Amino acid sequence: MSERQTLMSARQLTKRFGGLAAVNDVNVDLWLGHIHAVIGPNGAGKSTLTNLLSGDLPPTSGTITLDGHDITGWTPEKISRHRLGRSYQKTNIFRTFSVWDNVRLAAQSRERHAPWNPLRWLQSAAGLTAVNQRCERAIDLAGLTQRSQTVAATISHGEQRQLEIAMVLATDAEVMLLDEPLAGMGSEESAKMVEVLKRLRQTRAILLVEHDMDAVFAVADTITVMVNGEVLESGPPAQIKASVAVQQAYLGSEDSFHV
Amino acid sequence: MSAPQTHLEILPRSVQLLLVLGLAALIAFPFVGTNFYIDMVNRMMILAIFAMSLDLLQGVTGLVSLGHAAYFGIAGYALAFLTPEGAPVSLYTSLPLAVGGSALAALIIGFLVVRTQGIYFIMVTMAFAQMVFFLFFDNKALGGSDGLFLNFKPDAVLIDLENKQVFYFFTLACLVGVYAFLRRLLWSPFGRALSGIRVNEHRMRALGFGTFSHKLAAFTLAGALAGLAGYLWAAQSGFVNPELMGFHMSAHAIMMVILGGMGNFAGAIIGAFSFEMLLHVFKDLPAVGNFETGKHWQMWMGLFIVALIVFAPKGILGLITRLFARKEERHE
Amino acid sequence: MDLVNFSIQLLNSVQYGLLLFMLAAGLTLIFGIMGVVNLAHGSFYMLGAFLAWSLSGMLGSFTLAIIVGTVLSVVFGLLLEKLLFKHFYHRDHLDQVLLTFGLIYVFEEMRSMLWGDDVHGVQIPEALSASIALTDTLSYPVYRLFMSGVCLLLALGLYLLISKTRLGMKIRAGAFNHEMTEALGVNISLIHAVVFALGVGLASIAGMIAAPISSVYPNMGSQVLIMCFVVVVIGGIGSVRGALIAALLVGLVDTFGKVLLPQVSGMLVYVLMAAVLLYKPEGLFKQ
Repeated sequence: MSERQTLMSARQLTKRFGGLAAVNDVNVDLWLGHIHAVIGPNGAGKSTLTNLLSGDLPPTSGTITLDGHDITGWTPEKISRHRLGRSYQKTNIFRTFSVWDNVRLAAQSRERHAPWNPLRWLQSAAGLTAVNQRCERAIDLAGLTQRSQTVAATISHGEQRQLEIAMVLATDAEVMLLDEPLAGMGSEESAKMVEVLKRLRQTRAILLVEHDMDAVFAVADTITVMVNGEVLESGPPAQIKASVAVQQAYLGSEDSFHV
Repeated sequence: MSAPQTHLEILPRSVQLLLVLGLAALIAFPFVGTNFYIDMVNRMMILAIFAMSLDLLQGVTGLVSLGHAAYFGIAGYALAFLTPEGAPVSLYTSLPLAVGGSALAALIIGFLVVRTQGIYFIMVTMAFAQMVFFLFFDNKALGGSDGLFLNFKPDAVLIDLENKQVFYFFTLACLVGVYAFLRRLLWSPFGRALSGIRVNEHRMRALGFGTFSHKLAAFTLAGALAGLAGYLWAAQSGFVNPELMGFHMSAHAIMMVILGGMGNFAGAIIGAFSFEMLLHVFKDLPAVGNFETGKHWQMWMGLFIVALIVFAPKGILGLITRLFARKEERHE
Repeated sequence: MDLVNFSIQLLNSVQYGLLLFMLAAGLTLIFGIMGVVNLAHGSFYMLGAFLAWSLSGMLGSFTLAIIVGTVLSVVFGLLLEKLLFKHFYHRDHLDQVLLTFGLIYVFEEMRSMLWGDDVHGVQIPEALSASIALTDTLSYPVYRLFMSGVCLLLALGLYLLISKTRLGMKIRAGAFNHEMTEALGVNISLIHAVVFALGVGLASIAGMIAAPISSVYPNMGSQVLIMCFVVVVIGGIGSVRGALIAALLVGLVDTFGKVLLPQVSGMLVYVLMAAVLLYKPEGLFKQ
């Protein structure tokens, strides 16, 4: 195994809500050039894990490291500025803006813009070439070029999922946390997205929370299976596919584990 | 570059035309109007600046402040304190000081208030404005409930502001300047970020924007511009009292912005003029038999506001665009 | 300050605080459960006061005036909810602010047309007009104790209603999760109507019992409204317990402030609010 560069890791990460441990003593590593998928039946704690890593939820205990910094307890803004991006399971876009404006704003976030600088009050946002380029590239990669002038609330659900991805791409994030990016997409769109993920893999570390098993096994380098907030098993796809424990975990749950 | 917004940031042709005509009318007015009406239109222009400052906060950033009048009043009082009994004060020192005072107050109060959300924000802005109100109302040294008089308009050296028409054009210049500045700001990176905060603050934070500092900057800038309006008001009327900072004044500002249509500053101007004219209409209503219709103007104003919220929540501009949208549909 | 004076101020603080609680409790419940910000809440207080004045004149009895007045206020509140407020639960806060601001104007004018613009006094009923002697020169009015007593009783009643009855459970459920409560078959519109009527009733009763002490005058609603908002902010939206504690705090700060630091007394309560906000931006007892 070649030398793996760890961009993000979590150790003994735990989140309790009252007496319930939604995430319990979870370790996870994200390496450059590597897609790490997290799967598990509903209620396994996958979304909570994502929220913990992105800073949307403070952990009860445990540590999170990003690019060498201990980011445990940091705000989402601060974490995002350290080149982490996430997409949401429940579409979280700017509904009244056009697709272009959505992605443009995401691209703009990378500019060092102090709100108190009066020069920034008089500049034209549409004239920021670097931002526009990043925006165009992200929209292209996500396959939304035809729809860039349309208001985000009026595009199809699958296209909104694509928009979610485009926004993360526009931030040029090095570590990407993708929470069910394929949910609601048709098979053609999913296949396209899988290709996008493969292309991105080389220059990023990606955490992929997903239910779509075909996509997961087509693209993941490591798969972690979570059940009831804990890691049941973690390893290469072949190992997970053959694991009896994983099969049993899915038995009796609504999700199926057919690959 | 962007598609049509539901929040009407890009002004349709009809509205642009309206604004140009309005400007022409405002320029021509002092040459045909009497002193009484010049004063009245001057006041409307000042209120339009006040309304635009609130629109930045409310229409663009989505922060509903029930205490914006505090910054209007503070600058007015600053001018009153800076103007000596026997001589005018320089425009070039008093204006920056007064506006700076309002900005500072907005910065301090904003720092405390911007950390709150939703209903809280509405209530705390109101509470702090009341605090400022009582600060002036209860203290004789600050003028107390009677307020303060200004014996002179500021001295501008190059132009004579004591001349009604000169002051009028000075106000008009400020109005146009503030409008141009704010329109420019709306499409700047800062303005785009503020709009993003209004639409989805959570996502803005997730994208790495420091939303607290953005909101605080907007709050302070809005306070400064409200201060400009308050300064002009004090200069024009020659009198300041705590009511300028009161709850009713803040609520009037909100109504002006809503009446015209939020988020594009043109609506704020239209709303300010319409609101004042409406107020005059209601107050001057002829008596019906024994019933003094005009005396009960608050009733008509109140009912009008209720009707506005129920039937036309997007204000006058909303109605205009709906009207013209329907016309376009028929042509197709 | 000697013990007697201190006790008097303390009693005054508690009385003022409890009165504020009556208003704040309704406001915080209406905010917390229906999500409506109602700037006209102070108008119900004014309504109560004016009803107390006019009804005690007409009926000759203060007690009767309170009973009839409460009924009338609650009916008025229910009508208002059904015809107007009901349609604004899902609207923007901004729209609600404006709507209720417009209502303030309308209510002020209605008051003007019904009862005129003069200031009126209301007689303290005979039975409560005595004073308890504390020293040779100082005494404490029984009526103020009566006011505190009524507020405490109503506060207790509210507590029992919300925490011990099935209706109270439904109210709490509705505050917690709207759709779920509705799905469970609870008549959510009925809950809303009850909560609104409760809020109006409490505010109105507060105005009625305060009338003999504070007099009855135009605009009395707006002044008390601000204090009410401060109490709700400090206590935390939706928390009745928070409203009680915050109201008592405000009562203490305001009353003792006026005595000890009169030059800044008007601002003290806001300083308190600022301090709370720095430490807890959502109030002390936010749900």
